[in-house]
Amino acid sequence: MKASHYWHCFVGIQTREWLRFWQQRTRFASALVRPLLWLVVFAAGFRAVLGISIIPPYETYITYETYIAPGLCGMIILFNSMQGALSMVYDRELGSMRVLLMSPLPRPFLLVTKLLAMGVVSIGQVYVFLLLALLVDVEPPLWGYLAILPALILTSLMLGALGLLIATWIKQLENFAGVMNFVIFPMFFMSSALYPLWRMNEASPWLYWICQFNPFTHAVEAIRFSLYLEWNPTAYGITAGVTVVLAVFATAGFRPQRTRILGSKAA
Amino acid sequence: MNRLLKRTALATMIGLSGPAMASMAYVSNEKDNTLSIIDTNTQEVVETIDVGQRPRGILLSKDHSKLYICASDDDTVQIMDLATRKIVDTLPSGEDPEQFALHPNNKHLYISNEDDAIVTVVDVSTKDVLAQIDVGVEPEGMAVSPDGKWAVNTSETTSMLHWINTETFEIEKNIVVGQRPRHVEFSKDSKVAWASAEIGGTVHIIDVDNLEQIHEMTFKVPGVNQDRVQPVGIELTSDGKYAFIALGPSNHVAVVDAQTYEVLDYLLVGARVWQLDLDKDEKHLYTTNGVSGDVSIIDIEDMRVIKSIKVGRYPWGVVIDPTS
Repeated sequence: MKASHYWHCFVGIQTREWLRFWQQRTRFASALVRPLLWLVVFAAGFRAVLGISIIPPYETYITYETYIAPGLCGMIILFNSMQGALSMVYDRELGSMRVLLMSPLPRPFLLVTKLLAMGVVSIGQVYVFLLLALLVDVEPPLWGYLAILPALILTSLMLGALGLLIATWIKQLENFAGVMNFVIFPMFFMSSALYPLWRMNEASPWLYWICQFNPFTHAVEAIRFSLYLEWNPTAYGITAGVTVVLAVFATAGFRPQRTRILGSKAA
Repeated sequence: MNRLLKRTALATMIGLSGPAMASMAYVSNEKDNTLSIIDTNTQEVVETIDVGQRPRGILLSKDHSKLYICASDDDTVQIMDLATRKIVDTLPSGEDPEQFALHPNNKHLYISNEDDAIVTVVDVSTKDVLAQIDVGVEPEGMAVSPDGKWAVNTSETTSMLHWINTETFEIEKNIVVGQRPRHVEFSKDSKVAWASAEIGGTVHIIDVDNLEQIHEMTFKVPGVNQDRVQPVGIELTSDGKYAFIALGPSNHVAVVDAQTYEVLDYLLVGARVWQLDLDKDEKHLYTTNGVSGDVSIIDIEDMRVIKSIKVGRYPWGVVIDPTS
């Protein structure tokens, strides 16, 4: 296999994802409505909740809008990844996933490329969201917008791999509602996205530990620290570690045999 | 976005310019009986000094060589030599001094004595008590106009501003303002005085020539209960552009257009923001936040809080020495 083959395949998968995105432009807009509602409506009600303690990476008191903005960036990627998982189930049912996996290139390459392609769309949404967040005075330093890029890529790979893993195990499209209840909501609410963990610790120590074990917490913290030009090796380390583990399991799960078995069951 | 671009430009400018002369901010910590000294260049506490009991009001001598400290529970005013940072003397102050103001002649110190309902005038060079002026119940805020003509005292319970002629030491006029007036600040040209009323939640702007109120301001901080909006400290920029009002337990500082009296913004700082002071080139405003025990720094150009620094317990007053 030459490098040009890999490149050709990479471009092909990216293009397909962009074409799919272009055909679902309204999805791009509607995916932004959710975090914007949280930012503008929910955060307005809780405006005075924070401002009691200064926590890194912030150097002074912040509004609740400022606090939840990085968590909502994570939320955009989380929902998109699960949406991606749904589309993979769909692809499999329609057989187009098998077409992709018939490529002679290594399967992990194909799958990681697919995850990256999905990630690019999510990251575009995150940047549009952050631009809109300027309207409610969420104003991180200018370089922060660039500094979050590695954290956003890592987060989308981690959550994409999780989505892939879920897609492997979902037997039918109808089961996807369960993903919402058992993956998205617990991951989002039991994290540092909406409230600082010291607050959680005051309310309930065991809940605090669940949040600590939630990889989404660390992805959000990696985004938060990067956005304010601070380096958080723990958050990055855990997010990267979990990404590798999930990616290994997910690519292993996508062995053709399993796909065939699941495919035949679904059919 | 515009602000962001400005900030980058500013950051570049700061990066290019060399280190400036350090100027120190002094903060009185009411519950720790200490004074925190902040280097305004590094924005860090460089020293904490023990002073008298319950230090509250602090001010600089006009030649910036001394710092006067109201040690309320010691019933005295302490004098600190800024070169050595040692308490070198004390002044008679009457009982429970909380706020005071120094006449531009650098001699006459006007001290409000809350428990006795009087204002004591002390000559700082001879330590003589020049006058004790009866004012309303619970005198609190104290200010002397930059032209030296007027000393104004606020009495908390009587809700009045008492205008004292600094030549005769007699009250010439009383102006009723909102409940519990706390602080008075004169414009640099002595033409206008701003007075805050803590419980009334108002700020009163007085025309000094006629001694009449020309405007009354109220504040509404989004998301904060109205009874927590309690104006206390006031600071005016010397270009007459902005007024900053510390809004106490609302944890916000109001940024006001000093010409139109329109509130431009509310900036989130620490808990129970009390007093304010500008640094020497008026680029930053320092606020003492009593309950959270810190000092917040506001960047005036960006109109943004950039940092909060831990100091002692219940920081009360802050003054910045422009010459150090």
